[in-house]
Amino acid sequence: MSAPGRSDAVIAGRLPLNHRSGLFGAGLLVAGLVLTWVSLMRLDASAGFIKYILVAVALGAVFQGLKLVSKWIFGPLFDLGLWLSALWISLLVLIAVFADLLPLRESRDVSQALQAPIRQRPNLFSSHPLGTDAQGLDILGGLVYGARVSLIVGFGAVLIGITVGLTVGLAAGYYRGKLESAVSFLTDSMLAFPPLILLLAMVAVLSPTVANVTVALAVISVPTYIRLARANTLAFAQREFVLSARLLGERNPAIISRELLPNVLLPVVSFSFVIIAVFIVTEASLSFLGLSISRPNPTWGNMIAAGETRLNDHPHAVAVPGVALFLTVFSFNRIGDRARKMWDPREAKL
Amino acid sequence: MSESTNPSPPLLRVRNLSTGFETPRGLLWAVDGVSFDLDQGRTMGVVGESGSGKSVLVRTVMNLLAANAVVPDDGEVLFRGRNVRDLDAIEERHFWGTEMAMVFQDPMTSLNPVKRIGRQLTESIRFHLGLDDDAATERALELMNQVGIPEPKKRLRQYPHELSGGMRQRVVIAIALSCSPKLLIADEPTTALDVTVQRQILDLLGRIQRETDMAMILITHDLGVVASYTDEIAVMYGGQIVEHAATSDLFEDLAHPYTEALLASIPRIDLPSHARLQAIGGRPPDMVAPPPGCRFAPRCAYRTDECEAAIPELISVADRMHTCRCIRPLVSHRDVAEAVVAPNRPGSS
Repeated sequence: MSAPGRSDAVIAGRLPLNHRSGLFGAGLLVAGLVLTWVSLMRLDASAGFIKYILVAVALGAVFQGLKLVSKWIFGPLFDLGLWLSALWISLLVLIAVFADLLPLRESRDVSQALQAPIRQRPNLFSSHPLGTDAQGLDILGGLVYGARVSLIVGFGAVLIGITVGLTVGLAAGYYRGKLESAVSFLTDSMLAFPPLILLLAMVAVLSPTVANVTVALAVISVPTYIRLARANTLAFAQREFVLSARLLGERNPAIISRELLPNVLLPVVSFSFVIIAVFIVTEASLSFLGLSISRPNPTWGNMIAAGETRLNDHPHAVAVPGVALFLTVFSFNRIGDRARKMWDPREAKL
Repeated sequence: MSESTNPSPPLLRVRNLSTGFETPRGLLWAVDGVSFDLDQGRTMGVVGESGSGKSVLVRTVMNLLAANAVVPDDGEVLFRGRNVRDLDAIEERHFWGTEMAMVFQDPMTSLNPVKRIGRQLTESIRFHLGLDDDAATERALELMNQVGIPEPKKRLRQYPHELSGGMRQRVVIAIALSCSPKLLIADEPTTALDVTVQRQILDLLGRIQRETDMAMILITHDLGVVASYTDEIAVMYGGQIVEHAATSDLFEDLAHPYTEALLASIPRIDLPSHARLQAIGGRPPDMVAPPPGCRFAPRCAYRTDECEAAIPELISVADRMHTCRCIRPLVSHRDVAEAVVAPNRPGSS
């Protein structure tokens, strides 16, 4: 395949060096995949930690190989990490939306899972691909329904936070005066209150439903959003395009929504990706502590809590939701970083 | 106002205009008793250091002041015989843009970063001239050609960050020109741009001013900039005009010690490198509590005790058009009156 491959590369104007590193990447990718398969499928539990180290090395090789191949195909600026992050988040959103249509085994109702084996090890070709927990509930199913909770709480809380924070922050930053003093006083007092204690107090008083946890997290985020929106509004409101809109007779609400909002929205949205990640971890921590949605309704946090007692001999019950949590938070942070670089005027200005 | 003794009253007549701001330390007079006339087709340069009141002066002329500004009623801004300060909100809205327009200092911040150039350019055309979208776009293209923006069709669809600083300032100038104002005020239009682009923008403003025969006020802190682009120059210091003359007269026969110091502080390319730059010693006056006499006296090389007794009047020197606020002007014309005293060089105690 080298001859046509080379001419293709020349036509596309790429350097032969990329061509060589692309082939090397393809080799690395294949080797990594083989190693993954061997270490996962052919080594049994007696291999112990060596198995996990091999899996980690193999996945590293797969990633590096994929990176080289993708740069070979899509050009040197291709950011594989970002695309994998976007892929993971999209996948998560899809399975969370269509969870009820997926052919999953019972993961929520113990009475329906009496026949199922308990603490089964993950086996991709069985009916429980990621194994079962102590009650015989399907871990893949738990992961899917847990994703639904995590995403609803993360996105929901941030959406409420943005809506309230932007409205109040824009108004305070534009109208100034007494409104601004009052808003500043309120946000400062809310920020002075330890967020964890406020959160624990709220979830302890309210019943632990998805809606209540979402609202509690939104309350925590609102003062930060207000400050962010207000600070950006202050900076933009002094600029001449706002003055000229006012001179053309635009009314204040129109100036806020047409001139200021689109400018203030960008930094707020790029900041929000990071906040979503933080909230997903926070929700998982709360449900790990039993303060959020509780068993048998699965969330990533309470799955970790339920598997924790047998961590030594059945690590998969903790590892699966743990890895999902890690990947999700990592992906949101990665996307958030990129969004900030693109949209935040301070970072985007060359 | 309607019947005037003068056959052709000036386009803009400013009389005894003052502007103050309420500050925690007291009332700050940023502009203090400024008067001047400006005729159609003339360009006036306003020169002075930062804080001398240049920008506040033109903002007062345009009636574009912040809410905490104070303008005493005896100050007048007559534009085509009409007091700008008497306009109501709706008259004012049609006044800006069609009668007077302004080009701001920093094109990096004056445009809206999330709106296309086309939208921003046609906004005031549609508002003031009542054109529909197609006609407004037509006019926008015409304007962009006039201000020398290449590929105007493509630019209309672009966002400000896709344009260089010079191109953005051209867009701002096109917006200011869009409704054919009679007076264009350019508030340090080149300060934020690099030197080669400065020259292009000033040439552009000069060309458009000649083509359209509008009046222009060019604000700058750089005497070198105004020299070749203005008909007359007003030098401001401490909120007052300290010298006002036709451009050639000012450079030939400068009369005020501040003007002289300002000229001396321009770095010269023929001096050896690392030569010490001339700076004006001391600091600008505190405008909440200005010095009792001449505002420049504390920093003036020719200061006498008499200078601190009272604020000097603006007097004519050399000819009627050349005025100067100094009791001992530096003009070389010996025949002007006793006010002209041979300047003592610095060091005379």
